[in-house]
Parts: sequence; structure tokens; C-alpha cells
Amino acid sequence: MGTKMHIALTVNGEAHELLAEPRELLIYVLRERLNLTGPHAGCETSHCGACTVEMNGKSVKSCTVFAAQANGATITTIEGLGSPDSLSVLQQSFREHHGLQCGYCTPGMITRAHRLLQENPDPTEEEVRFGISGNLCRCTGYQNIVKAILAAAATINGAKEAAE
Amino acid sequence: MNDLTPTPQERIAKLKGLGTSRKRVEDARFTQGKGNYVDDIKMPGMLHGDFVRSPYAHARVKSINADAARALPGVIAVLTAADLAPLNLHWMPTLAGDRQMVLADGKVLFQGQEVAFVVATDRYVCADAIELVEVDYEELPVVTDPFKALEPGAPVLREDLAGQTSGAHGARRHHNHIFLWETGDEAATNQAIEAAEVVAEEMIYYHRVHPCPLETCGCVASMDKVNGKLTVFGTFQAPHVVRTVASLLSGIEEHNIRVVSPDIGGGFGNKVGVYPGYVCSIVASIVTGKPVKWIEDRMDNLMATAFARDYWMKGRISATKDGKITGLHCHVTADHGAFDACADPTKFPAGFFHICTGSYDIPVAYVGVDGVYTNKAPGGVAYRCSFRVTEAAYFIERMIEVLAIELGMDAAELRAKNFIRKDRFPYTSALGWEYDSGDYHTAWDKALAAVDYAGLRREQAERVAAFKRGETRKLLGIGLTHFTEIVGAGPVKNCDILGMGMFDSCEIRIHPTGSAIARLGTISQGQGHATTFAQILATEIGLPADSITIEEGDTDTAPYGLGTYGSRSTPVAGAATAMAGRKIRAKAQMIAAWLLEVHDGDLEWDIDRFVVKGAPERFKTMKDIAYAAYHNAIPGIEPGLEAVSYYDPPNMTYPFGAYVCVMEIDVDTGTHEVRQFYALDDCGTRINPMIIEGQVHGGLTEALAIAMGQEIAYDEIGNCKNSTLMDFFLPTAVETPHYTTDYTETPSPHHPIGAKGVGESPNVGGVPAFSNAVHDAFRAFGLRQAHMPHDHWRIWKIANQLGLHG
Repeated sequence: MGTKMHIALTVNGEAHELLAEPRELLIYVLRERLNLTGPHAGCETSHCGACTVEMNGKSVKSCTVFAAQANGATITTIEGLGSPDSLSVLQQSFREHHGLQCGYCTPGMITRAHRLLQENPDPTEEEVRFGISGNLCRCTGYQNIVKAILAAAATINGAKEAAE
Repeated sequence: MNDLTPTPQERIAKLKGLGTSRKRVEDARFTQGKGNYVDDIKMPGMLHGDFVRSPYAHARVKSINADAARALPGVIAVLTAADLAPLNLHWMPTLAGDRQMVLADGKVLFQGQEVAFVVATDRYVCADAIELVEVDYEELPVVTDPFKALEPGAPVLREDLAGQTSGAHGARRHHNHIFLWETGDEAATNQAIEAAEVVAEEMIYYHRVHPCPLETCGCVASMDKVNGKLTVFGTFQAPHVVRTVASLLSGIEEHNIRVVSPDIGGGFGNKVGVYPGYVCSIVASIVTGKPVKWIEDRMDNLMATAFARDYWMKGRISATKDGKITGLHCHVTADHGAFDACADPTKFPAGFFHICTGSYDIPVAYVGVDGVYTNKAPGGVAYRCSFRVTEAAYFIERMIEVLAIELGMDAAELRAKNFIRKDRFPYTSALGWEYDSGDYHTAWDKALAAVDYAGLRREQAERVAAFKRGETRKLLGIGLTHFTEIVGAGPVKNCDILGMGMFDSCEIRIHPTGSAIARLGTISQGQGHATTFAQILATEIGLPADSITIEEGDTDTAPYGLGTYGSRSTPVAGAATAMAGRKIRAKAQMIAAWLLEVHDGDLEWDIDRFVVKGAPERFKTMKDIAYAAYHNAIPGIEPGLEAVSYYDPPNMTYPFGAYVCVMEIDVDTGTHEVRQFYALDDCGTRINPMIIEGQVHGGLTEALAIAMGQEIAYDEIGNCKNSTLMDFFLPTAVETPHYTTDYTETPSPHHPIGAKGVGESPNVGGVPAFSNAVHDAFRAFGLRQAHMPHDHWRIWKIANQLGLHG
């Protein structure tokens, strides 16, 4: 066991401080210390994206980020994107368009889609497919995921236009 | 009646019953990251377990020194076969009548095999301790080729079987031979083939792949020594079977074991088997008195738990010169790996492979399957298919294409000429199955019309001509498939797993205020049971699906069932649900009769109520009846409104479908693009079209993966070459094409609601559709057979071998 280091990070708007070995992975800090079990471990090699969270405004695979690297970071997980009383547009859209089945990839997929729509608010289908290509899904064949993300973009853009 | 009285249509709509694209009730928790998967479970004092695994495919284990590991702070125990032997748990029975090492007992037989189980306070300490366990191996000669494994001088793999000339499925003719399973009439088949005008012969290999659900396998075992109860949470596709096996192995009485399958992150067959991790976690919990969690990492999952396929299928098919099939002969060399751990019903060591006459009226056929041991991981599960049905469908759909080449005939026409005609159902196949229903010509014609098949063939001919003129380097492939599945295992008279008949069950309780809970013996892994089973029930008992909770997976509360795999949930548990619903309705009718003061024979069921015949204004809704069941003293009727049904299906169901894949292939790079994919499925009565469509999309994508790149391959010394997602192909959204779905609806005549199951159809039909498209693109240049997976390199190689690179 290595020496533990002091780590401070903000997750879903809440400040946390903890002691962790520098090698401890962010996915386990989130899941096992902060009880945020939305992000899932699927491969531990950055391929599947089930562990995707947002760190300092970028999508990252939390299975290959060390706790030490997350020191001082601002992190958003699926738990920070909506609440039972007010689901995000993406969360509603995934349900509406049947964009999930077993649900294991879903938190990472929605978290990634959230960032994608920040980066590109009006993506084409091709851009959505490329934009989520770091997130694997074994159940849906992606067709309804893509549909859900495009529909969410349209809803968000429609609401923006209506507000202007 | 007034304007506010709901119309029958409005009452039907309110139920959200059969045929409704009801939104899923599961989604609220999954979209918010509030699912409850096994690795989400945390218990006070919980320990972590993980394996020391063998780096060698075949080696003697001379010694294991765990002293340094045990000395590491945080390590609680290191278990080896020597520790399990006194409990007789160092080996365990497999579902296929063989036995399997839980921990290496003197030798290892495949790379990644479990050698020792380390238990520690957290997963990092566990990983450190694994590095400290010293295992002294002596390498032995390795055999990874099933044909070489049967040669006279081949290394002896299973020394524990020395001298055993027969196994669970009959005689063994070689030390690496497991069984020969035969069905059909070989003499008559050979005679038909020898006498035939045209014969096509081909070796079709369906390579080794892996279900690779996004969530790996795992469990948390917790032995409560105070009250003597063992609880096991795990990724189990068949929780009740796990409970029974755990009881038989451990000696703990079954009522003292509770097995719970929480949310499961995809199964696809991977989570049917019983794995050493489960056994070791249970033992470790009993030894330590603390909960023990074991979770596979991806490498463990791909290397050690439950591969699929690995069938070498040697086929001969004969026909008249105008294309009427006269016979089919198939011999399979089945690579089962180091232990025969196939998950098949006991009497079917090759599963339902003998559905391999497919959609065709073939007068005589024979199948023989030789099971063989090699130095590869055990398994042989049905990866998104009923038992060996995808192998069967791939075999016949390739043989049809090869026969079409031999005949110089269009492959669509050859299929249509040989389909079992609609008026022949129920149809008994040459290999003994009774197909319950089908209308293949209607589906086929609809599919060909939808894609403008004739137009595609014209375009293809023009493309070939342009290619030969040097105007293009791309070829066009048209991949056809008409598949017939056999799912819904199965009738107890011939289907069992470890002696347990393959019925399934549903138990319903109606609450006084007109809502309900139903519990089933199955377990969803993404199929949306909580949504669809409530729909079946809503139509049967007239309470809205939104008022019905569906619960599965907890053996303390759910009735005994055989679980979810082989598309059996809808055919078997769905039938049990309908039948239990009908029992509820029968009692409700008696209650309604008492309330309305009429004879129960004077009532008729109408959507959500019993109505007095001829007096539609006199009725009692199911909600009224539910209340009465708990509040009125009704002479001769017990209070309450509950029912249970254990359904033993009279037959399997036979879903079918017609798929067309149109593929562009770049001859110089071997890359491909799926330009169009049309999938017509007939799964009988359609419960939830939205969910069916989602299942088809997903199954086709798994088929794409299998056909176009996915494989578990080994080098000559038994190293697994595809043990991470870097090497094991799972398509992303970029590689995955757009699919068009369609349907016909031929209800199953023996199923209470006519449903047949659909989850696996797209995988069964999809693999030959993609593969046939690749073959078809090169047909004009002389290609007959090229083994999957058709990755870029292999497609390039086909083009190269056909001399297309100049």
C-alpha cells in the first residue's frame, strides 16, 4: 500500500475532501467513497465509456483517471444532471425514444451526450454517432440513442428560440 | 351513459396492454444512475475476493506459495484447491453433466483458469496480494485445435477422466472426446445424397465468440452465521437454479439460501453458468463470516467465463437439378474447451442444433456432433440465441447459398422453392421438431418487395460489369436470410436443467384498491420485463399496466422458475402470466356474479369489467371486484384475490424472419459499408412494438459484431488473443448501420396469447445476413466459402486470393 494523499474535489456542486492512495481510480473514489454509483466500470481500459463523467468541462473515462489527477477538479456525474423531480431533457428523451435497455451504459452515455450538446448544440446524425463513439452499448444498436440525442438537441434549441 | 363515459377504445388505451408501445418503467432509475447492479452493493464489513489466474494454457501446478500474500496487511485469506478439497468443493458439476475445477487441482487446462482465491479488505489490496502468490508451473503440451485434439498422440487434457470410456452423453472414443450425439437417419440421408442430381459440400466454421455484456459477472455472498442464512446477490440469469445448485453443493438447506439477481447489465448467455467466483465467494463468506464481493474485470470475463459457438460444421446438401432439396447431412466438431460447461437442457448436449433444416422442407436429414476437449476456456453458452440455434441457422443459410452456387440459381428463388408451405403447419421436420406455425412465403415476398430485390440484382450485375471494366473498385453484396428459430424451452417432458423441468411461473396478488404485484421466475437483463409482463396482465385482468408492479429475481419472494435465456421469458413465463391472470379473472367472475346478483354464466368479460349479458349498464369493474374480494363476506368464496401458475409449455415456439443486408465492399482495403439492412420479424403476437424494435436493433448489432470482427482466438500455445476491448470487437455508433424493421404476425397456436419471443431472432438471422452479403459480393468471382469474422484484413485476403488485386 502506498502513502495516502489529501484530495479535494467538487462533485455535482458539493465539495469533498478525502485521503486516497494516488493510484486509486476516480471511478472507485466516486462509487465507493462518495456512493455515486451511476458511473459504472465496464472495461477499466477506457474503451467502453460506462464510467464517463465530466471533469473540468471535459468528458473523461473515470476508470483511467487517478484520484491524484482529480485533485482540485470539478466533476459532474449522471447524478448531477437531473433530479427525480426534474429530469434533464436528455434523460427524458432517452426514455421517450427507448434509448436504453439494460441501463448499464446509460449514465455514461447520457453524461457524454450532455457534454456533446454543450460542444455542439445542433449536431448532425453523423456528428452524434462520432461524438458518442467512445461509449459502447451492447443492447440498443445505438439507433434509438442517436434518435434520443437528436430529439433532445431539438427540444433544447426550440426552448432557446422560444425564449429569445 | 353520457359524454364523459369512456368509450371502449379509451378503456383499452388506459390499460396500456398488449400491442401498446408503452414507455418503460425501468427507465426512470436507469436514466438517473439509480440502477442497482451487483457492484453497487455495499455491505458492512464486506471483503473483496479475486483470482490468481494461470498464465499457461496447460501446465502442472507443482506448488503454490501464498505466504507473502497472506502476510500483506489487509489480506484475510488465500484459498487453494487444497483448502476446498475437504469440503469437496475443489471441483463442481457443470450444467452439461461434466465437472469443472473450481480452483486448479494439480494442473491448469486453459489460460486464465482460476488457481487461487485471494480475500482482502479492498480490491487494491487484493490486486497487490495476487502479485505475491507464487505458483510453480511445469508447462505441458497444448492443443487448441479440436481436430488435432482427437489425433492418437494428442496430449491428455483431462487426466481426471482417465479410463472413463463413457460420459454423461454416451461413449467416449478418445481421451479428449466428450460425446458423439446423433439424430436423424444417416443411412437414408446418405442414400438420398448419393442418388441426387446435385450435391454441395462445404465446411462452415462458426468461430468462437463471447457474449461480453457491458457489466461483467460478479456476486456478493453473505453468510449470516447468527441465523444460518446465506444470501447471494449476483449476476444470475437463473437465480432459482443457482439457489438449488448452491444448496446441493454446500449442504445448506435450500430454505436457508436466498439468491437475488439485482439489475443486470446485459447477459446474452454469459450469466447463465455457475462460475468458480460464485463458489469461492460463498466459501470465503462462510469461512470469514463476512460478506465477500467478487467482480470480474473485463479480461477475466473474456478469458474465463462462458464463450459461445466454436462449431466446425461439415455439411452436404443435395437437390434436384431444378433446385428441390432432397437431403441434408451435417457433422459438427464442437470445441468445448477444457470442461464441458455448455448450458443446454440435459438431454441435448448439442442444444437444439438439429433445427438446422431451417425454414425448408427437407425430406431426410442427419446430424452428428462430436464434443471435444481443448486447452481453451469452458463455456459454450447460447449467446443471444436459443441453445445452438444461431449455429444451426448460420449453417443452413450458408449451405443454401453454396447450393445456389452449385445449381447456378438465384439464392432467393432457391429458398422460396423449398420453404415449408403455410398449409403444412404444424410441420414435423426430418430431425423431429414440430414447427408450430409459420407463413414463410408471405414474409419472404414482403421482404424482397421492400428492398426491390430484382432492382438490387440488376444494380449488382451492372457493378460487376463496371468493376471488370476497371471503372470501380467497390463490389455490392446482397445478403439474404430466412431463419427459423426454436425458442421457449421447454416442455418438462424433454427439457430440464440439472433435473429441474423447464417450466416457468407467475404469482399475482391483486390489492384491495385495484392495483397489483406479479412475481415471476425469470429475470430481466434489459429486456424490459417490468414493462411488458404488466402489459400481458393488463389485457388479461383489466387493470392498467401502470397499476401493476412486476418483480423478479429474489428467490425468497418469486415463485420457482428456470430464468431468462433462450428467448424463454415470453414463451414460458409470459404464458404463466396470462394463465395466472385467467385464474384471477375466473375468481373475479364469481365475485362479480355475487355483487350483481346474477348467475356467473350470465356475465361476460369486457376489457376491464364483467358485464351482465344483454344489460351493458349492469357491470362491475375489476377495481370494484378487487375491493369486494377483501371487504365482502361472500358465501363459498375465500377472501382475497391471488393466483399462481406454473406453466409447462406443450411445445417450443418457432419465430422466424426474413432479412436482407446490402453491403458495399472496397476490394482494395477490405472495408465494408452496410448501405441498407431490412429486418422482417415474425414473433407471433406483439406485446410492445417499441421494445421489439429495440431488441431487433440490438440483436442485429451483436450479429454485426460477430460476423464482421468479433472473435476469441488462441495462438498455438493457448494464449487468448482477444482478452481486452482493444482486441475484441464491439461496434461503436460509427460502425453500426441504420436498420429498417418490419413484421408479419403469425401467432403461436399453443401459446395463451400467441407470442413467440423475439430477443434473439436478430442475432440468429443477422449473422448469416451479414456473412452472406460478404460472400455474395464475391460470388461472381468464384467465392464459395470464407470463414467469419469478415474483418477488413480477411475481406482483403478474399479479394487477393480471387486475384482481384491485379
